[in-house]
Amino acid sequence: MNRRNFIKTSSLASGYFMLPGFLKPLQNIVTLPAQKNLVVIQFSGGNDWLNTIVPFNNDLYFKKRPHIGLKNDKITLLEKDLALNNVLLPIKEFYDNGELSIVNNVGYPNPDRSHFRSMDIWHTASDSNQILQSGWLGRYLDTSCKFSYEAIEVDNYLSLALKGKTLNGLAVKNINQLYKEVKTPYFNDLVSVINDDILSEDNQGYLYKTLIETQSSVGYIYEKNKIISNNFTYPNTEIGNQLKNIANFISSEITTKVYYVSLGGFDTHAGQVDKQNKVLSQYAEAVATFIKNLKELNKWDDTLIFTFSEFGRRVEENASTGTDHGTAGNVFLFGKNLKKKGIVNQAPDLTNLDNGDLKYSVDFRSIYKDILQNWLQTDATKIVSANVNPFDII
Amino acid sequence: MPTPLSQIFHLYSRLGFGISYAEAKLLQQKTLTEIVNNLIVSSSIPTYLNDIKKEDIPNRKDAMEEGMNKKEFQQLVNEKLQELNIAWVKKIISTKSNLVEKQTLFWHNHFACRIRDPFAMQELNNIHRKFAFGSFRDLLVEVSKSPAMILYLNNQQNKKQHPNENFAREVMELFTLGRGNYTENDIKEAARAFTGWTINKDTRDFEFKEKQHDADEKIIFNQKGNFGGEDVINMLISNKQTAYYITKKMYKYYVNETINEERVKQLADFYYQNQYNTGALIKKIVTSAWFFDGENMGCNIKSPIDYLVGLSRQFSITYSNYKLIFQLQRNLGMQLFFPPNVAGWPGGKLFIDSSTLLLRMKLPSALLNNSELEVAEKIDDPDDQAKEYIFTNKKLETEVNWTPILEETKGLEFDKLLKIYLLKQPLLKVINKIKSDTALGQKEMILKIVSLPEYSLA
Repeated sequence: MNRRNFIKTSSLASGYFMLPGFLKPLQNIVTLPAQKNLVVIQFSGGNDWLNTIVPFNNDLYFKKRPHIGLKNDKITLLEKDLALNNVLLPIKEFYDNGELSIVNNVGYPNPDRSHFRSMDIWHTASDSNQILQSGWLGRYLDTSCKFSYEAIEVDNYLSLALKGKTLNGLAVKNINQLYKEVKTPYFNDLVSVINDDILSEDNQGYLYKTLIETQSSVGYIYEKNKIISNNFTYPNTEIGNQLKNIANFISSEITTKVYYVSLGGFDTHAGQVDKQNKVLSQYAEAVATFIKNLKELNKWDDTLIFTFSEFGRRVEENASTGTDHGTAGNVFLFGKNLKKKGIVNQAPDLTNLDNGDLKYSVDFRSIYKDILQNWLQTDATKIVSANVNPFDII
Repeated sequence: MPTPLSQIFHLYSRLGFGISYAEAKLLQQKTLTEIVNNLIVSSSIPTYLNDIKKEDIPNRKDAMEEGMNKKEFQQLVNEKLQELNIAWVKKIISTKSNLVEKQTLFWHNHFACRIRDPFAMQELNNIHRKFAFGSFRDLLVEVSKSPAMILYLNNQQNKKQHPNENFAREVMELFTLGRGNYTENDIKEAARAFTGWTINKDTRDFEFKEKQHDADEKIIFNQKGNFGGEDVINMLISNKQTAYYITKKMYKYYVNETINEERVKQLADFYYQNQYNTGALIKKIVTSAWFFDGENMGCNIKSPIDYLVGLSRQFSITYSNYKLIFQLQRNLGMQLFFPPNVAGWPGGKLFIDSSTLLLRMKLPSALLNNSELEVAEKIDDPDDQAKEYIFTNKKLETEVNWTPILEETKGLEFDKLLKIYLLKQPLLKVINKIKSDTALGQKEMILKIVSLPEYSLA
């Protein structure tokens, strides 16, 4: 969308919400077909996937991990010689009933072991040696959406993944707080005199553009969200609260397609087991509650949850009962009608390593393409340029 | 020949944290050179943070043995980190050594570090201050030997038998060369050179443990030798790319987020030839004619610290509860001593999203005029994943004496006020809209001006 069109549509939207209720016929006429939602959960810091989905039947696993390897009483068998870390048991029921796909060995060529770089690669869907300034979900906004609120990050900050070339997603930690902030006569005054001649490419233009987008988006979400009451009890953790917010947004039927949250604490260079188990268990409890809540709300059929981390960790433990930065890892996909369920491909090969790290066999961008093409129903090739085929499990 | 106010405002926004109208008027009688020299001289003898004492925080093991439980210990650390944060913010707000704090903030972001050891964090901050204008090489050595950085980048786990690459990677990627200027092998070999750089358990000071050091031959940057850590640092310093990498970052910080490649290259040459003397580089930058070019004024986005401290200084805000400032930094997206990661705060436009922009636009009336604002109440542990957000609607416990401000700006027209408070002027339509409200008193006009998006530009 060019700037002129953007301003027209967004000022239309903001004007629309200043109208009294009886002048809003659109709200009653437009009944949208069941909309697909994507929920992305990012593990920040590089999750040790080998202690998440455990290759317990492989002697090498215990040989390389004499101190941090998870013994039989800490894991539960899945299939293909892989077992689930018991702290993840809350999500096992979704595995059992075919609502979870676990993909092994996901990565990319020439892996980078820096958090920032590797996270950027995952966020932008670039090649290892390519720098992109926009994120894959940001480009989804650019090509397939009109408003920033169509991709919401439940956080104070917006990740690169949700920054497009022309449109950014919206960071909403607390919609009620945000609404109060935009709903003042002063903001209305400022927005009322701005048109596209002020929106230069410099920082000044950027500030005003952000202001306009925010006002119209926040008003929209708030109006839809305020009538929602959700009594479902979530674990009292940050990820629990974030997913509850998302459940509320989804049930309010806003036209948001993408929700994004991140969970930190995975950079376990030392004393790994307790640290990792704590965050993984918070994740599992929150996700299990979220899915049950969505089922109750009748929204589960339209929701796909995607979990990833910027890299896995080295196969061999380090001297401080932790692990250093590695390469390939797993991704989780939760959803109702997955084509392939359970563990969908070969377990990691611990004998054939690259410098002590796992070799990838599935390019993460083929999963992005699958999500974009088959879930969000858009032309993935316009968003992800990498020459890989959609993974085809959705 | 008096110095134009616009130049004084620009200078103090870049080399300091803003200046009040009254102070700026006093400076007008001096020449620009005198003002610049004053800024540099007044920063020549830094005073250090010493609020946190080593003995305030026992090491974790001792604390447990003395009967403290895990939670109490965490609480103590949280309190001290908050105390440290507030001590520095207070210092920046009140300092007369503008430039040294400005450059300390630059190093704080460049050598981003975040550990739960308040004393070590304070000492790292003091290293940044001590070497603010000194040699970058000496600074890099001191930072690399600082317990804070050793802990943060796991170098106490970097031993001959099991090298840990974390420090070696970041020292190249983020502290000196920047990405793409080294190989994975350089990192592996450099990690070996830094083995044995660790912390003494009892004194909690730096210690070189020879037994853990790998003294064998390494090949780093195509050179062969039995290199140690300082050798690697010297190699990094002798690489011109390091001078370029630092200079480019400094140019963005002091001049313009959009770089002028030619100028950066010249400045980098200068920095390199002057043995990485950072003070000389800053002086070179601010005494260049282009420093005051229109395109370099009001073009950058204020960091949350520049924004918050600038507002506090410009209006001499009195805080009765400094915890507020601690929390506001977080809400604005930059909490001192809590960088998001080892790369520091990305800065510029990335400080601005819907939430942070709105907060910036609402803060002036809350801080300067006691209007209410929602602030997250829970302020203890930013690392705690299980944090709750409780919001209360409350007044911000600040006081501003408006009498002198209204006195000194008495009779000034709206357009003149805009030039006092904003480094970049709003578009005419915006100005006219605000001006059209003729019922506004002087104070309300000033409040409206500093609530504009342009107040976020420096």
